[in-house]
Amino acid sequence: MRGASRSKNTQDLDKRVCMTNCPTLIVTVGLPARGKTYISKKLTRYLNWIDVPTKEFNVGQYRRECVKIYKSFEFFQPDNEEGLKIRKQCALAALNDVRQFLTDEGGQVAVFDATNTTRERRETIIRFAEQNGFKVFFVESVCEDPDVIAENIVQVKLGSPDYIHCNTEEAVADFMKRIKCYENSYQPLDEELDRDLSFIKIIDVGRRYLVNRVQDHIQSRIVYYLMNIHITPRSIYLCRHGESDLNIKGRIGGDSGLSARGKEFAKALRQFIQSQNIRDLKVWTSQMKRTIQTAEALGVPYEQWKALNEIDAGVCEELMYEEIQQRYPQEFALRDQDKYRYRYPKGESYEDLVQRLEPVIMELERQENVLVICHQAVMRCLLAYFLDKTAEELPYLKCTLHTVLKLTPMAYGCKVESVCLNVDAVNTHRDRPSNVDVSRLPEEALLTVPDHH
Amino acid sequence: MNVTEDSTEQCGNSLTRELTQNPLKKIWVPSSTNGLPERHISQRKVCMTNCPTLIVTVGLPARGKTYISKKLTRYLNWIDVPTKEFNVGQYRRECVKIYKSFEFFQPDNEEGLKIRKQCALAALNDVRQFLTDEGGQVAVFDATNTTRERRETIIRFAEQNGFKVFFVESVCEDPDVIAENIVQVKLGSPDYIHCNTEEAVADFMKRIKCYENSYQPLDEELDRDLSFIKIIDVGRRYLVNRVQDHIQSRIVYYLMNIHITPRSIYLCRHGESDLNIKGRIGGDSGLSARGKEFAKALRQFIQSQNIRDLKVWTSQMKRTIQTAEALGVPYEQWKALNEIDAGVCEELMYEEIQQRYPQEFALRDQDKYRYRYPKGESYEDLVQRLEPVIMELERQENVLVICHQAVMRCLLAYFLDKTAEELPYLKCTLHTVLKLTPMAYGCKVESVCLNVDAVNTHRDRPSNVDVSRLPEEALLTVPDHH
Repeated sequence: MRGASRSKNTQDLDKRVCMTNCPTLIVTVGLPARGKTYISKKLTRYLNWIDVPTKEFNVGQYRRECVKIYKSFEFFQPDNEEGLKIRKQCALAALNDVRQFLTDEGGQVAVFDATNTTRERRETIIRFAEQNGFKVFFVESVCEDPDVIAENIVQVKLGSPDYIHCNTEEAVADFMKRIKCYENSYQPLDEELDRDLSFIKIIDVGRRYLVNRVQDHIQSRIVYYLMNIHITPRSIYLCRHGESDLNIKGRIGGDSGLSARGKEFAKALRQFIQSQNIRDLKVWTSQMKRTIQTAEALGVPYEQWKALNEIDAGVCEELMYEEIQQRYPQEFALRDQDKYRYRYPKGESYEDLVQRLEPVIMELERQENVLVICHQAVMRCLLAYFLDKTAEELPYLKCTLHTVLKLTPMAYGCKVESVCLNVDAVNTHRDRPSNVDVSRLPEEALLTVPDHH
Repeated sequence: MNVTEDSTEQCGNSLTRELTQNPLKKIWVPSSTNGLPERHISQRKVCMTNCPTLIVTVGLPARGKTYISKKLTRYLNWIDVPTKEFNVGQYRRECVKIYKSFEFFQPDNEEGLKIRKQCALAALNDVRQFLTDEGGQVAVFDATNTTRERRETIIRFAEQNGFKVFFVESVCEDPDVIAENIVQVKLGSPDYIHCNTEEAVADFMKRIKCYENSYQPLDEELDRDLSFIKIIDVGRRYLVNRVQDHIQSRIVYYLMNIHITPRSIYLCRHGESDLNIKGRIGGDSGLSARGKEFAKALRQFIQSQNIRDLKVWTSQMKRTIQTAEALGVPYEQWKALNEIDAGVCEELMYEEIQQRYPQEFALRDQDKYRYRYPKGESYEDLVQRLEPVIMELERQENVLVICHQAVMRCLLAYFLDKTAEELPYLKCTLHTVLKLTPMAYGCKVESVCLNVDAVNTHRDRPSNVDVSRLPEEALLTVPDHH
């Protein structure tokens, strides 16, 4: 869990609560088309969102940079000396970059994404980690379901640079032969032989898990996360409450009800949702009046989450930006300097929000079709998670009133469809002004404040 | 978290229902035509399963099944999932008043088998009553359940009643762990009250033997359609199969984070603060002179305890950090450990709260656990906020948590299995350290007063909690202050 440690002895180190002291190297294991890269990217996205600096290192990428043009599966044949040499070089190059990231660049977790199917290769990695003081955690994906593998190939292999010049049948045929090249020498992680290693073995896309020797907090969180994700197709709908009375007045926070236009939006939302014909849709709101009012119009059951409440603006609750500039010009400037980390006096920061929203994200991962009716800052945080936005970008993501974002997981990322429901509303988006200095003039601070009554 | 069910008779194509704010919890709920909150069809927690869950332990004797059952029950109740454990051994003790010897458990003892089966059925009957009639959400059926046949019986029972089943098996062959288990919880059992240690151990080992031959552990293949977690060697390894829903996922996460390594957890509040002296609640003030004395005394106490690898945690409020600073060791700040947010009542004295918000003050006395301050929090919110702290405390070993009155009450309630009614009135006085040491099935508490004077900040529930009460009645139990 998080919290910045600021004790006298460690003032200069921004140590995270309970995160491992030494960096962690996550190592994927598994035949091709078992979801290793999917898991690597998703895990990396999650860890970065919860503020654990993480980076993935895909050895296939290194290979593509080395061998400019992919010819065929024969490159991967176990007796192809040239191929073996190149592949080993690529793995070592990737490990070198891993070392640089974890040792020199402040990285906390590195995800080493490759097949790593032999014990010998894994031994090499373990030695490398020991030399550098990294903890190792293996993530193996085992799957023999031909449908899952076929779908995997369709989703992410056909579009790979390797198969850019092939038609579908050629690509599939070649890839199946590629998998065969690994099968004979595949030594899965074993309960007995590998009993001293730390790992999770994911069987049949989450049907079963074997977890061995979880060493610390971050590994425990990784295991929990991996055990909650799934690949069942579904969509997540994100939107804000309808326009509220305080929105119209240009005031932030508070707990006001919907304006007339906000109520229009709620009705439009109902029609939109019905038109989408969504199976088993769950609807979530915050515990603030405006999201609940919006949900009420849908005529379906909904669940209230306190964790989805808007960011607490503390002493600035219900003020207009003009008033904040007038009463707290220094605070206003500090916020523009670092909007992600800035905490309102007696309030919260975006950083706090992310921590508060983590259980929401975890449950979103478990669920299937969900509509989340929330608030501007909250929606930015959720969107940043799904779209892999940085802490710098997050507080400035555009989440306009009366617009629904439909997120559909696809391949390694998320497809976003933006649906504007054509009900007018005020703009509540304030861009970062050019002058963020405390010494700036009020006009400079208020330059980007959106219009309001 | 609240679930609002749609009542289609009322809603249909009509406009949005009017909302009113529940005065106690400050939750917006649809109101009926007279402006009062509608009665909810259900009060389910977010994401908790619709149908009740039956957790079934599996394992030879002395594998920690009861330890796990009790701990899991305590955790689930703390996070507001009504849970109860049903220990078949207890039923057996009520049935067979006096335990003679391991022979009762021999597989060819017809009489014994009959009684044991009856007890299991009696326990299942009580499970049904708890889950179906008494609003229970989770029942933990604690017995060996070592044969596939017995487990089949339970599965059929669950299916008939619409319960989900989740097995928790503990497998362990480490003789040291088993021996320690016997020492901790078997020797003191009512079964062995008349035996000396050697006799008890010898008999218990033979009891384990009675089960061993017929033991059919959960199997990856044969039981692949069941939902279960197999805990191997006290958490060295886990096999998790078919987690069905949110509550099972939380249970798995919890079980994977607990351990049995001996350790102690120290809980205390910050030293006395300036606002404490003035009788004001909340705020972010610094330590008073006596508070600083306490911090020094705390340092000496901690040093005298010679604690191995002690972690120190504080909130992000000045008074806990100042206290930790005096210790001269690294500490970690958790926002989650901040004191309860009293919203509009922040920094007020109780007298002022009575004056400005008499209705709120009365509502709080009526249900202190669920009451949420306007623009603030409730104890119920606090527990939710503290859950990650508890999870990390389970993972850790020796920890000192320097926190606040309401926060400490919540943490203490978790360790000491206090109800929602008791929690807000637990006594957590300034300048006193509580040392909690897990022992057998519970927690030993040692209270160490560090002998530095401080104001009393504990306000008992007054007898009159009615909104119509006189101010004097409301303020009867307010502790003295300047």
